[in-house]
Amino acid sequence: MFAEASTVAHEALSSGWFLEHAFLIPVIPAVAFALIIFFGKKLPMKGSELGVLSMVASLVFSVGAALQWINRVNGATEEQYIDPVIRSWTWWNSGGFEFGIGQHIDGLSLTILVVVAFISSLVQIYSLEYLRGDRRYTHFFASLTLFSAGMLNMVVAENMIQLILGWEIMGLCSFMLIGHWWEEGANSRAALKAFFTTRTGDIGLLVGTSVLFFSANSWTQEHLGVSGFSIRGLSAWALSGNPGHAAITVGAVALFIACIGKSGQFPLHTWLPDAMAGPTPVSSLLHSSTMVVAGVFLVARLYPVFFEGMNIFGSGVNLITLIGGITIVIAAALAFVQTDIKKVLAYSTVSQLGYMMMGLGAGAWMPAVFHIFTHAFFKACLFLAAGSISHSASHHSFEMKKDMGGLRKFMPITFTTWIISTLALCGVFPFAGFFSKDEIIDNVGHNGYQVFMVVGLVGAFMTAAYMTRATYLTFFGEPRGASAGESHDDHGDAHGEVHGDAHASHGPHESNLLITVPLMILATLALGAGLFNATPFGESWERMTKWVEPRSVVVEDMDHAAVGETRGVPAAIAAGAEAPVGEEPHAAEGEHGGHAKSVCGTSTPEKGICNAPQLQHAPFKWSKAAMSVIIVLVGMLISWLISVQMYTKKSGFFVGLTSRNKLLALGYRFLVNKYYLDHLYEKVFVHGIAHPIAKAAYWVNQNILDGIVNGAGLVARRVAGWVYRNVDQRVVDGAVNGSGAVARGTGNVLRPVQSGKVSQYGALLFAAAAVAGLVLIIVNT
Amino acid sequence: MDILRDHNWVLSVGTFLPLAGVLVMLFIPKVEEQLQKAVALITALATLGVGVYTLTLFNYDRAGEMQFVAQTNWISVIKSTYYIGLDGISLPLYILSMVITVLVMIYSWDHIPSPGNPKAFLMLMLVLQTGMAGTFISQDLILFFVFFELVLLPMYFMIGVWGGENRQYASLKFFLYTMFGSALMLVAFLALFFKTGAESFAIPYLVENGGAIAKNTQVWIFAGMFIGFAVKVPMFPFHTWLPDAHTQAPTQGSVILAAVLLKLGTYGFIRIAIPMLPDAAREWAPYIGLLAVIGIIYGALGCLAQTDMKRLIAFSSVAHMGFVMLGISTLTSFGMNAAVFGMVAHGLITGMLFFVAGSVKDRYHTLEIARLSGLLKQVPHLAWILGFCVMASLGLPGLAGFWGEFPAILSAYSPLSGLSEVTFRVYMVIAAMGTVLAAAYLLWLFQRIAFGEPKPEFGGSTSDAHGHHDHSDHDDAHHNDIHDVTVYEWVAWTPLLIGIVLFGVMPNLLFKLIDPAVAAIVTQIGG
Repeated sequence: MFAEASTVAHEALSSGWFLEHAFLIPVIPAVAFALIIFFGKKLPMKGSELGVLSMVASLVFSVGAALQWINRVNGATEEQYIDPVIRSWTWWNSGGFEFGIGQHIDGLSLTILVVVAFISSLVQIYSLEYLRGDRRYTHFFASLTLFSAGMLNMVVAENMIQLILGWEIMGLCSFMLIGHWWEEGANSRAALKAFFTTRTGDIGLLVGTSVLFFSANSWTQEHLGVSGFSIRGLSAWALSGNPGHAAITVGAVALFIACIGKSGQFPLHTWLPDAMAGPTPVSSLLHSSTMVVAGVFLVARLYPVFFEGMNIFGSGVNLITLIGGITIVIAAALAFVQTDIKKVLAYSTVSQLGYMMMGLGAGAWMPAVFHIFTHAFFKACLFLAAGSISHSASHHSFEMKKDMGGLRKFMPITFTTWIISTLALCGVFPFAGFFSKDEIIDNVGHNGYQVFMVVGLVGAFMTAAYMTRATYLTFFGEPRGASAGESHDDHGDAHGEVHGDAHASHGPHESNLLITVPLMILATLALGAGLFNATPFGESWERMTKWVEPRSVVVEDMDHAAVGETRGVPAAIAAGAEAPVGEEPHAAEGEHGGHAKSVCGTSTPEKGICNAPQLQHAPFKWSKAAMSVIIVLVGMLISWLISVQMYTKKSGFFVGLTSRNKLLALGYRFLVNKYYLDHLYEKVFVHGIAHPIAKAAYWVNQNILDGIVNGAGLVARRVAGWVYRNVDQRVVDGAVNGSGAVARGTGNVLRPVQSGKVSQYGALLFAAAAVAGLVLIIVNT
Repeated sequence: MDILRDHNWVLSVGTFLPLAGVLVMLFIPKVEEQLQKAVALITALATLGVGVYTLTLFNYDRAGEMQFVAQTNWISVIKSTYYIGLDGISLPLYILSMVITVLVMIYSWDHIPSPGNPKAFLMLMLVLQTGMAGTFISQDLILFFVFFELVLLPMYFMIGVWGGENRQYASLKFFLYTMFGSALMLVAFLALFFKTGAESFAIPYLVENGGAIAKNTQVWIFAGMFIGFAVKVPMFPFHTWLPDAHTQAPTQGSVILAAVLLKLGTYGFIRIAIPMLPDAAREWAPYIGLLAVIGIIYGALGCLAQTDMKRLIAFSSVAHMGFVMLGISTLTSFGMNAAVFGMVAHGLITGMLFFVAGSVKDRYHTLEIARLSGLLKQVPHLAWILGFCVMASLGLPGLAGFWGEFPAILSAYSPLSGLSEVTFRVYMVIAAMGTVLAAAYLLWLFQRIAFGEPKPEFGGSTSDAHGHHDHSDHDDAHHNDIHDVTVYEWVAWTPLLIGIVLFGVMPNLLFKLIDPAVAAIVTQIGG
């Protein structure tokens, strides 16, 4: 193999049916959606069977494609560029260019495909029980299935327009699912807020796509034969040295604004906690594990654009790391003052998305993508566990302080899965979160972003603390409120009558298998998924890095690159040899990983194109890992001790502390009011635009613009009357009279709605305008 | 015979067939209402049949050229000829007008607005159809003008006779406003005619020779055309007739107005004003773009201030047509493609929104947003259709509206060379902000009227609570008549709903047609 590669220029990469037909993965749920909408209510399981089946089929296709991709990677030489499997069909054309729709399949898209299809399948199965008897059961499964179709489409997207298609469909489904119980005003408001906030970010998506298209199109057409929307084209263009600094920076910043909105980053994160108004499976699927990572995915997808546009590696700070870092801390702080278990998890999600963004911003591409992967499992599990509690123990309440407590005895499976996932989220060795989160923190520091490494450690401490508090309130102490069997108020109303009272007479108990089996599967992955990329155990364990991380290799064979099918060329000469040593930051530090360094991302290749920037991996050190695990354990311990004092022993020192100490009270109020961001947006921006500004514009419309029109009409009528009385009618053009007469005639035939004066005025106005126009023409010639 | 002139009878038949129906209806007594409706519907269907036949004959490989061309003497004293033809820009709009007329006829089967008289109502609609179709096929300015004006009178009477409470004011305003624009437009046409040597009114001739006119003169002639077309579009600040006309017009009138009539203005820009006066177009483009983006934001703000559902939809037209005009003002094929697509998409979507508004009014006898609530519960299908149209209207990809909106924004990044890039990029950002406002007013509308619980006054069974509402011309029995979508409504709406999805998923059905025709025009202005 190796020998062949050096003599035969084109080492053919293996492919397979699933890889070549990955575009079917989103098509399956899309078709299922249509079937559910039209025939769902007539089916025995009200359409839910179609949803579940389509998701399982998508999962099979995704896993099949992933296995074939692994084959493709394993069959390639060490220094070979692994071409993505790209296919494209004409979708629309304009200005003489054809724009496609198709698939761009590589390690990144396959990772997310598998995650989305997998979590979607489990959540749909869980929903069979959780939503049983819901009055819009069929609609729920239709929306859930359409969501998956949208997300899968975004992930396989070959170009930006296709990506936008999936992106917006997800937004629509998010709207429909948050507002699923739209009878209640709070739910429909939350739905509107989510759609509206992300849509605000989408200004950036539209603008950024436009900027990049026009900047890149001629280069991509010439070098790769693809449009300036193409993912592959944009990636190669960004690293080609062709783009002007301004264009790519503006494009990257604009796109990043969209990511801020979609992935709940500061300052547009405020919609995500409100989105918890939706049913819990929705929170689990859309608002924690899949949809909200779309922004992170976009940054990872077009990484070369952000790499160049944001100047990653260029300095110790850039927009992405800054936003990510701020998000980690401010969201984690908010999680401490929540009493609703889903809100704690929501802020935790925001905070974890901050980790992913920060990682991408600091050049830790692989750890960030791996964190998408692991986070999906444990966060989905946590949400589903919260749902299990509300379903079987707390009578549809999510209030930890009021309606939970002591549940570990009643719900052993839910409790165990919760604990495993919590440990994973906190990043305790050897749970999944450790392998991804710790890698992010480690690499961020390694790449020269030391400040953000500290932010990451602070975030880890806070995560451990707020999760311990939530765990204590939920599962320890004595049962309170609804869990203690007290009659519950009407929390369950929105679920429908069937749902609401079914459990009224029961105490807290474990949920049934449709709920616990998905929990156990997810908990298993929360425990074990880290092994897919277990850096601490040596290079042979870094499977994800090998399969997923795009190789930074200069591809010289343009013709084959343009075809983009199954060929890649090892650029033996390019690697290392051409790279000016001085320009490589951290070149001396312990570099490990299979492939040698390339010039990509640091300077322009003289010949050929780059598809991915050269990244680096921090060498794993047990000492660093031990430090972060200790920080986490200390956080848990402190939080545990305070929780016991505060919630069980009702210690006089802690209870009411925030009302006694002025400074603490201030901080507490600041947090409870979510930094007043919602006030700013709703009271200032939305109300400002919707009320004074819109009203003022409308006032101008009615009184000034229309006033001019009405005034002109009045004046014309006066003048016309005067002219009509004083000037001989015969002076007026015959044709004008004629047309007036015709109009009057027709009017009389139909119905004398108006006095016949309309036609007179019309005719005269017409004449006046004609004369005025003629005068203007004559004057100007 | 030239392939482009074969079958050139189809256009004339397709355009004037409705008048044959009008003739037949004249001889049927007024009281035979069902027969009147049947004749009108059959006429409209036959017209659409001719249209579909045209679609099969059309040579799609040469969509950039005029096809089915016919030219005969007409008014030789002013050198105007009966000159017609159809290319990839005209075709979709021509067919759209026929489809909309048929659907409106179907809808009218059980929705003749007060005060009745289907004979006159449907005859006007058929006359209107002739005017609309004729405008899109005219290749002679005088012929164009005649058709353009022919549209005015039927619509005037539709609003004035079958309209709402304030119909007199609205119809008068509509009539005078448009008439005023037309007058200036006619003057501009005449000036153009004389400035090109008084040889011909034929559009191809004027396109070829108009460019030779001195730039200053062009700018003035363009001004006349601009006002004529801008009133029709309508562009800010010439839009104030539109909300009144729409609000007062009967449902059928609103649908036709939104779906087809507004496009006469934008079509005029693309077919006449811009290719004939290229220098002036370049001078005017930044100002047209400015008014377009003002329209986008201003229309959206107008929407946010509305308390009446129909008036809100009317204002949204100002915003949406702003996107179309922004595309046109870039003078690039990207922009104009987006504009023509946007015209068709807006026709389908906003037409559909007005249908829904009409049906809501039928059931609730009010369109006041504050009084409506819980439609999803009471009339779920109607509310779902509304939700679908709202999503289409705010430019959700996968539905038709997106392909008019996003490419228009895209095109503004890179206007015709010679135009200020900075200016147009500012427009681009403002237009992109307009999409957020669109989401705001549309979703807000949907949230308020579709979500939540139905208001007690429309609760259904109890009939004593609403005795005091003064629906002067409806008896109280109608209050309990809140039913979901009827068969006639389904038949009338399904084609539009399918069209919205079809063109959204397969935009190339239209782009393939439009692109070559637009390219031919853009070459005239040096693009």
